[in-house]
Amino acid sequence: MQFDSLADFFNMGGYAFYVWLAYGVTFLSLGILVVHSLGQKRKVLVGISQKIQREERLKENRSTK
Amino acid sequence: MKKGISFRQAFFTLLKRDLQIAIRHKGDIFNPLLFFILVVTLFPLGIGPEPQILSRVAPGIIWVAALLASMLSLERLFKADFVDGSLEQMLLSPQPLPLMVLAKVLAHWILTGVPLILIAPLLAVLLHLDGNSYGALMATLALGTPVLSLLGAIGVALTVGLHKGGVLLSLLILPLYIPVLIFATSAIDAAGLNLPYSGHLAIIGAMLVGSLILAPFAIGASLRVSTN
Amino acid sequence: MWKWLHSYADPERAYNLSGKLLPWFAMLATGLIGIGSVWGLVFAPTDYQQGDSYRIIFIHVPAASMSMAAYMAMASSAFVGLVWQIKSADWAAAAIAPIGAVITFIALITGATWGKPMWGTWWVWDARLTAELVLLFLYLGVISLYASFEDKVLAARAAGILAIVGVINIPIIKYSVEWWSSLHQPSTIKITEKSSMSSDMLYPLLINIVGFGMMIGAITLIRFRAEILARNGMRPWVRELAKAEGVK
Repeated sequence: MQFDSLADFFNMGGYAFYVWLAYGVTFLSLGILVVHSLGQKRKVLVGISQKIQREERLKENRSTK
Repeated sequence: MKKGISFRQAFFTLLKRDLQIAIRHKGDIFNPLLFFILVVTLFPLGIGPEPQILSRVAPGIIWVAALLASMLSLERLFKADFVDGSLEQMLLSPQPLPLMVLAKVLAHWILTGVPLILIAPLLAVLLHLDGNSYGALMATLALGTPVLSLLGAIGVALTVGLHKGGVLLSLLILPLYIPVLIFATSAIDAAGLNLPYSGHLAIIGAMLVGSLILAPFAIGASLRVSTN
Repeated sequence: MWKWLHSYADPERAYNLSGKLLPWFAMLATGLIGIGSVWGLVFAPTDYQQGDSYRIIFIHVPAASMSMAAYMAMASSAFVGLVWQIKSADWAAAAIAPIGAVITFIALITGATWGKPMWGTWWVWDARLTAELVLLFLYLGVISLYASFEDKVLAARAAGILAIVGVINIPIIKYSVEWWSSLHQPSTIKITEKSSMSSDMLYPLLINIVGFGMMIGAITLIRFRAEILARNGMRPWVRELAKAEGVK
């Protein structure tokens, strides 16, 4: 342990702003990237299933006529 | 079937054709040049008229303006041929594509690079460039602008089939222009201080040779992608 | 060997394989980055010169070193895709590009937040910072070129050519920028002397470097899987997946 107390840790020897800004930006942007990447798969699959549904509806319309 | 024309004939035919087309539309030659002059004249208005400051930043201004002018004029390199289909004819011709591409780039350089080199000393006077630097300015422009044309042509070939060319093109090719800019401006700076600048010229020359060999293949491959 | 590799070029197998690999990469990445960051932030000794501000190193250096590695990975898979016409390689290249851009952005931002307390400015035209900025532009060029094409097969080829042209240029750009900054800044700024680093600082750094590599691998796999699905939307196995997942 390099720091005596939690407050000391957050203070980072007076460099709190810079250190936490760096870490904050890093993990925030990585988080956004991960969430966006995970969302991509779902978006693609939803898009495809919507397309399938549209095709099926078209097929139904054709068969009822 | 006839074997067709030799490589040399094909090269010069294409070169002559491009030059003729450009001479018929004089705007293609003069507009980039005018743009170059205008950008350079804007800088003293923005920075202030003090000769010391201007002569310090003159190499950078002239070279950045040259980069932008070259990029702007490059946009039209393959456009007209792409639209009227002659680009596809070129791709289908039995002559090797890199050779044909080289002819087009050379024509483009003659039409835009050479006038730019010729007008540059005039603009250098306006910017109070050091008296010693004129030789270096001309030499770096003479060696550097062909590199710009060759590298830029890769970006143009990649974007020729797209509707939104301009901004994308600058994003693609301006980073590639950085080494030329760095060595050219520092050669001019060195010349201003009466230092030898042949080393800088040698490096720009090496870039010219390298891009002369490699770029036509990249341009050819890019054109095949774009016209697909 | 090529035959063996080619079987993984089949989209379905590539999708399943990357699905199997993903949890491992994800676990290793979170574990290593967690250990490395906590070690670096809490347990590593304070630098006698830079105080605690040096703790930015534990993310800055991994991000900076991985930004270049990711570009190499992207360019080599683009090369494989172009030369052997393996579509999976194209998709992998397309998957890496945005990750590389984010990593490069992180390297720049952490460099700036480190520079402010140490050098007194957010930005100096230091060789490494400038080269990093150019690298970001190269990434953005590849990404926007890929996004500009409607036909993604063509897009991958065009972006691949650009990535390879960039790879040839990166050493030249790096060299020229280094030379340029040494010309303009006689007093070069040294961030750290690696050799004088104590092992208590070095280990968390190494752990984080490996962790960042794993993380890039994990996110690449995630994006790669999505890319496979998007490009194979008409295949029956993808439609099965879509039916199972997207009925709402």
